[in-house]
Amino acid sequence: MNSVLKIILQRLALGLLTLFIVSIVIFTAVNMLPGDFAEAILGQGATPEAVASIRRDLGLDQHPIVRYFDWLSGALRGDLGNSFAQANFASFVGDDSGVRVSVAQQIAPRFANTMFLAGVTAAIAVPFAVMLGILAALYRNSVFDKVANISTLTSISSPEFFLAYVLILFLAVLNPVLPSLSNIYEGMGFGERLQKTMLPALTLTLVVTAHMMRMTRAAIINLLASPYIEMARLKGIKPMRVIIKHALPNALAPIINVVALNLAYLITGVVVVEVVFVYPGIGQLFVDSVKIRDIPVVQACCLIFAAAYILLNLTADILSILSNPRLRHPK
Amino acid sequence: MMTLFWIAAGFAALLAAGWVMRFAGQMATGNKPAFRDMSLAVAFGYVLGVAVIVFAVWYYFQPAVTEQGMAVAGVLFFRWAVQGFAIFAIVAWIFRFFGRMVGSAGTKKLFRQMPLTAAFGLLVILIYAVLAIFAGAIAPYGQAEVFDQVNALPGGNAATGGNPAHLLGTDQIGRDLLSRLIYGAQNTVGIAFATTCLAFFLGGTFGFLAAVAQGWFDQILSRSVDVLMAIPSLIFALLLMTIASAWAGSEKWLLTIYMVLIIAVIDSTRVFRLARAVGMNIVVMDYIEAAKLRGEGLPYLIFREILPNAMAPLLAEFGLRFCFVFLTIASLSFLGVGIQPPLADWGTMVRDLAQFINFAAFSPLTAALPLMAAGAIALLTVAVNFVVDWMLQRSSGLKE
Repeated sequence: MNSVLKIILQRLALGLLTLFIVSIVIFTAVNMLPGDFAEAILGQGATPEAVASIRRDLGLDQHPIVRYFDWLSGALRGDLGNSFAQANFASFVGDDSGVRVSVAQQIAPRFANTMFLAGVTAAIAVPFAVMLGILAALYRNSVFDKVANISTLTSISSPEFFLAYVLILFLAVLNPVLPSLSNIYEGMGFGERLQKTMLPALTLTLVVTAHMMRMTRAAIINLLASPYIEMARLKGIKPMRVIIKHALPNALAPIINVVALNLAYLITGVVVVEVVFVYPGIGQLFVDSVKIRDIPVVQACCLIFAAAYILLNLTADILSILSNPRLRHPK
Repeated sequence: MMTLFWIAAGFAALLAAGWVMRFAGQMATGNKPAFRDMSLAVAFGYVLGVAVIVFAVWYYFQPAVTEQGMAVAGVLFFRWAVQGFAIFAIVAWIFRFFGRMVGSAGTKKLFRQMPLTAAFGLLVILIYAVLAIFAGAIAPYGQAEVFDQVNALPGGNAATGGNPAHLLGTDQIGRDLLSRLIYGAQNTVGIAFATTCLAFFLGGTFGFLAAVAQGWFDQILSRSVDVLMAIPSLIFALLLMTIASAWAGSEKWLLTIYMVLIIAVIDSTRVFRLARAVGMNIVVMDYIEAAKLRGEGLPYLIFREILPNAMAPLLAEFGLRFCFVFLTIASLSFLGVGIQPPLADWGTMVRDLAQFINFAAFSPLTAALPLMAAGAIALLTVAVNFVVDWMLQRSSGLKE
């Protein structure tokens, strides 16, 4: 047991180190911007006093390394700085009505929304994909297997927005069963919220199912040639039971691994899907901030996405160690 | 709630029909093993398949126009889909048949073993290549040519707001959509292809170098690639595009160049991993040792000894990488930070035309416009994936 703990701690430390380096990469990339944030914010109305004032306020007059550690320590405390959106700096050009919106304030509710979307997707996609994979392995090389194979391959290779618009066309415009706009607000009932999240979640399900299903099928079929499965078959156990009771437990490691990796992939897929459905999640905020060059928000979103990505990859790693005795007790 | 009830009822009815079908089969065939050992789930599957086919045929022959002369969009879309699917299947079959007849013995054998999906993929890739290379000759107008009539509806019927000169209509500033769709093949596919080539050049060279040199050089490269791969690629691309857009300023074409560079660098990390892994296996071979002892230089080792032997896995990876790059570029363009106007591009077209999808009930052809652009992207990636899938299966041969 001790060695397992040691391995997990090692992986965790490695993950933290990666995250730290990633934060440096993100910070450096952003600091390669030409000119000055202050001038970029003020644009035409830049007076030297206003520029100096903003520079002081944002700490731009300090050395980059000092700024980096300020940003990092702030991020650790949950303080990601203030958004650069024009309204926030109205006070510097004479109009004092501007209210500051902190990045954390902007991100928190949207982060919860995105998590909700990812959760709903995972709840649909994972059982669906594993079931499809098991069935495809059971009836391998049949018509069902081929149809499942071709349709999942088609859905994984289509761009997210194509799947999204096809779903909108059939489930929202021609047969209005689900809303095509996911205008989610606070204090919404769970049922209504679920209904509005359904189309984006279905789109993402189509995107991530293929990989998980193919992996499940391949992992199970790989085991079917082994002697103990032969034995179980000769005992006269039904094919379904052979797969569920005998093959599946040993195929769990690659399946869990691919599930976690696909959840990590969801993080990227969520951006486009949220834009299509105007879903108020972190992906949409990210794209909007990219367009108006709202650097602190871009930086923060990037860090959150990277952290989630690293965390899920780490989980995949640790789970596959835990589910494999050979890795659990390394020689 | 009612919908759920009907779904459950239909499920139960199909299950019952499956049981009856199995029972009838057992009776009729005198308990042949095929029916005796059939589980209820399999029977259900057969019945479901038959039900879907019957429904599809019934729906296909529904009237496409109501008595008032309005188009029934659902039926129309379904017919287009079925016809498109059938045409592609038939053409792919003919293509394969043709391939089996002419050509050298090698290509004949290749076509004989080819599944229909792979033939379809090859055919689509060929068509796209022709469209991309000869876009200027095929397209009726230039991609940035602006006409007087804006927002002409597709169909070319002047009575319904169309224009015979513009088969697919014009966009919001009066550019011919058919021409833009064809030029999209040149721009979107061309840029994606160039980006993939650049990514392979970078990733492949550094991967092989790392495999040959090893030591600290390999360590530094591998660790930095690890870090870059820890950031999701679309997110990283968006972050870098923010910066690139500031660098490019008002020079829009510069932004497209930056995008190619950014995506090439991000994707070269994946190529690096593969090239290094494959190279590592090759470097320990005796013929490499022999070449080293002959006194061959590094370029000779990489390009004449390692590269030819690493070609097969790299080629399969090239197909997959191209899909990724193509989808990333399309996504970036769709989000509005990718290929910049006036270049015609499918991702941007989808974004600009997307709102027409809400008119599906009134004008199905208009609603199909954004789907055509998005479908053009999907079709190519599906085709490449089919071909790569076949190549991988041929080289590995999945177990059982």
